[in-house]
Amino acid sequence: MTAGTKMTVRDVSVWYGAKPALSNVSLDIEREEVIALIGPSGCGKSTLLRTLNRLNDSVAGARVQGLVTLDGEDVYAPATDPVALRARVGMVFQAPNPFPKTIRENVAYGLRIHGLARGRADLDAQVERALTRAGLWAEVRDRLGDPALSLSGGQQQRLCIARALAVEPEVILMDEPCSALDPIGTARIEELIGDLRGRYAICIVTHNMQQAARVSQRTAFFDAGRLIEYGATSELFTNPRETRTRDYITGRYG
Amino acid sequence: MNQHTVKAFDNDIGQLRGLVAQMGGLAEEAIVKAMQALGRADLSLAEEVRAGDAAIDRLEAEVERLAVRVIALRAPLANDLREVVAAMKIASVVERIADYAKNIARRIPQIEGEHRIEPVSILPAMGRMAGEMVRHALDAFGARDADAALAVLDSDRALDDFYDSIFRTLVTYMVENPATISQVAHLLFVAKNLERIGDHATNVAEMVYFAATGIQIADRGGKERN
Repeated sequence: MTAGTKMTVRDVSVWYGAKPALSNVSLDIEREEVIALIGPSGCGKSTLLRTLNRLNDSVAGARVQGLVTLDGEDVYAPATDPVALRARVGMVFQAPNPFPKTIRENVAYGLRIHGLARGRADLDAQVERALTRAGLWAEVRDRLGDPALSLSGGQQQRLCIARALAVEPEVILMDEPCSALDPIGTARIEELIGDLRGRYAICIVTHNMQQAARVSQRTAFFDAGRLIEYGATSELFTNPRETRTRDYITGRYG
Repeated sequence: MNQHTVKAFDNDIGQLRGLVAQMGGLAEEAIVKAMQALGRADLSLAEEVRAGDAAIDRLEAEVERLAVRVIALRAPLANDLREVVAAMKIASVVERIADYAKNIARRIPQIEGEHRIEPVSILPAMGRMAGEMVRHALDAFGARDADAALAVLDSDRALDDFYDSIFRTLVTYMVENPATISQVAHLLFVAKNLERIGDHATNVAEMVYFAATGIQIADRGGKERN
C-alpha cells in the first residue's frame, strides 16, 4: 500500500453459492482517483463493487475470500461494523432510488441515523452542503419540502449522490449511475464526478466505454470473474496490453 | 483479428483503408508519370499529372468524411481509433505528396526546348525511389505491418543521400555553364520536391507504426533497430 492508496483488494474471490463470481482479484483504489470497472455482463465488476462495502453480506450464500482494506484496516474483520463501513464507503445505484420522502429528508436521513447533526441549523447546513456538492442545490433550494419523486431522473440520481455525500464518506461506489439517465443527466453526473474527484476516492462501474474513458484515471477490465487488465485509462483505451481487453473495447468480443 | 460484432463497422474500416490505398496508388502513379514526362519532355503527360490531382483531392475529402462518420457513429477505441485517425492523417499527407508531383509536372513546360543536361536522366531514378517509398509506406498501412514501416525510414536516408549528390552535381553545372542556370534551378526544385516526398512518406510510415503498435516511433526505445 502506498500513501495514496485508499482501499486495497488482495486475492479476493467471491462465490454466490457454488458459483464463482470473482477469482483472485487484486487491485488498489487510490485516494484522489476515479477508477472505472468495465467488462461484459456477469464479469464480476458489480460483485467487486459490492464487496468493497460488504453489500454482499445480505446476499444468501455469498462468500468472500481474501483481503479488502480501507486505510489499511480489514473491511471483513469481525470488529468492523458494516453499517459504519457503508457510511465511509457510500454507494450510488443504477436506477435512482430516493426514499419516498421529501428532498430534504432524503439527505437528512443518513445524518440522523448516524447521529451526525447537532440540532436543526446544523442539519440544514449539512443538507445544503451535500446538495451543493452534488450540484443540485440551485435547482431544489426553494422546494426542499417537495417529494423527492417529483424530481426528474437525473435530479433524483444527483439527490442519491447528495444522500451518499451527506454522511461524509471517504469512498463513493457507483454502479452504472447514468444508465437510466438521458444525455443531459448523464453529462451532469459525469461533470459531478470530476468535481468530486480529489475529495473522495471514486469507483464506478459502467457499460459505457466512452464514459469510463471520460471520467476515470484508471480502468480495470474484468472478464469471467477475473481481472484481465488494470492500468491508466488513457493507455487502456488507446493501446490495451491484453488482446481480450482490445477485443472488448473495440467491439470484437465473443 | 476478430471481426466486429457490428459488421457495418468492419465495412466502414475496410472502406476507409481502401480509399487510402487508392489515394496512395494515384499519388505514386503521379510521381512516376511526372518523372517520365520530365525525362521525355512529354507535355501532354505532364498535363495529365496536373489534371489528375483533382481526383486525389476528392478522395482525401471522402476519407475525411468517412473517418468523421466512423468516429461519430462507432466511437472507435484502441487500434480501431488509432487506425481511423491514421487514415485521416495519411490521406492529408498523401494529398501533399501528390501536390509535389503536380509541382514537378508544372515545371516541365518551363524547361521545354532547352538542351537537356545530363542530370535529367538520373532524376527519374530518384523519382522511382521516392515513389517506392510512398508505395511501401501505404503497403505497410494496408498490412498493418510495423516492421515494413520501419524499413521506409531507412529508405529515406538513402533518398536524402541521393538528393545531396544531385544537388552538388546541379550546382557544378551552374558554375561551369551559366547558360544552364534557368534549367538547373527548375531541376533543383524537382530534386527538392522528390526529397520532400520522401520526408512525407517517412511521416506516413511513422503514422503506420503508431497505428499498428500504439507506440510513437520516437518512443520505441528498446525496439530501436540498428
